[in-house]
Amino acid sequence: MGELLGQAWTVARKDLVLEFRTRTALLSAVVFTALVLTVFNFGRDPTAVATIDLAPSILWVTFTFAAMLALNRAFQLELENGALEGLLVSPLSRHSLYLGKVLANLGFVGVVEAVGLPLFVLFFNVPVGRVLLPLIGVIALATVGFVSVGTLFSAMVVRTRFAELMLPVLLLPFLLLPLTYAVQATARLLAGRPLSEVSGWLKLLAAYDLVFIAVALLLFPHTVDE
Amino acid sequence: MSLAQQGRRVVLAGLLLLGGVYVRALAFTPVERFQGPAQKIFYLHVPAAVTTELAVILVGLAGVFFLFLKDPRLDRFAEASAEVGTVFAGIVLTTGPIWGKPIWGTWWTWDARLTSTLFLFFLLISYHLLRGAVTDAGLRARYGAVLGICAVVLVGFIHLSVYLFPTLHPQPIVLRPGKPGLPPEMLVTLLLSFGVFLVLYVGFVMQRYAIALRREAASHG
Repeated sequence: MGELLGQAWTVARKDLVLEFRTRTALLSAVVFTALVLTVFNFGRDPTAVATIDLAPSILWVTFTFAAMLALNRAFQLELENGALEGLLVSPLSRHSLYLGKVLANLGFVGVVEAVGLPLFVLFFNVPVGRVLLPLIGVIALATVGFVSVGTLFSAMVVRTRFAELMLPVLLLPFLLLPLTYAVQATARLLAGRPLSEVSGWLKLLAAYDLVFIAVALLLFPHTVDE
Repeated sequence: MSLAQQGRRVVLAGLLLLGGVYVRALAFTPVERFQGPAQKIFYLHVPAAVTTELAVILVGLAGVFFLFLKDPRLDRFAEASAEVGTVFAGIVLTTGPIWGKPIWGTWWTWDARLTSTLFLFFLLISYHLLRGAVTDAGLRARYGAVLGICAVVLVGFIHLSVYLFPTLHPQPIVLRPGKPGLPPEMLVTLLLSFGVFLVLYVGFVMQRYAIALRREAASHG
């Protein structure tokens, strides 16, 4: 177990170091998120629909797109110079490769969300002060769900034609479920409902995360092996 | 007789039987008190929905066994089952609105059950898209298996959450705790229709399997 996590951390660190040194992908994803939030501002009639009614959808559609953007590059990175083959012949276990990629993607998406959330609060004047901690909990659980399935699919699509288009097509049906849970939880939090009304959605999110991490861990070796 | 020909005969038999089921449904099964004749579509809609789910579950099971056994027959079967499932999901999504318009007054509503069928349809479509985007046959089979397994897990999840959302859709009336909630004549017609849809499923899968075999032969030759 310790070795598995150690190896996973090595993979994740490699990806994150690469990401933070070049910063192109990360910056693009952050700017993209800011732009989507701006687009949402112009894509509604503020006199007709109260922001608070729309806020959960805006937040989650933005984060879903941002996550998909991030996941697209997870394995794209390894295509250059046959880096994936290098990883596969190294003494890394397949499971730690998957977990490492999940950790790196979580780091990447986490940074994007950490910038996106304050922008969302600022742009739409959403009162999050009292519910900040539970809201971060919802975001964390949903992001783990997005990334666990997304990393598995991202390993598959890099070897298909139209990879950039294939990932959203495969992934969106799987993201819709955690998205629904997260929107329901967020709407209740922002409306100031008691936490007991939210806990059911959080449990569903957690169950989704556990099930799909387990399934993806089992299936991942079959997606990368030659 | 080739597999394709056998499949065609099974489908033909299934279609004739379906005609028989509808004669029974229209002439010898009582009219539902509140819905009137619109309810007759139920004998297409429900068996098609159940067969779709069966097809998807079999895609997932075939995927699990394929990853262990690497038997190309399992992959051909999964591909065939997914394609037939897509057609049946299409039947569900067409007959549903035809019934919904007179009974609910709307073609479509974002009800949990309707949405989950749409989910299933999208999953099946993306399964075919993924297969079409992979050029290597071995890789295509493995990717198909992986996506098929994930799809079944997701469908299971959707089923659990469907019960958490309020729904307009009629509740299950046959497979439920206690006795089936419909008169025996209707139940018999429905069960006959289930049987006929299974025959159609088998016939279509046989034909689709034969197509997969021919495609492989063509690409090797």
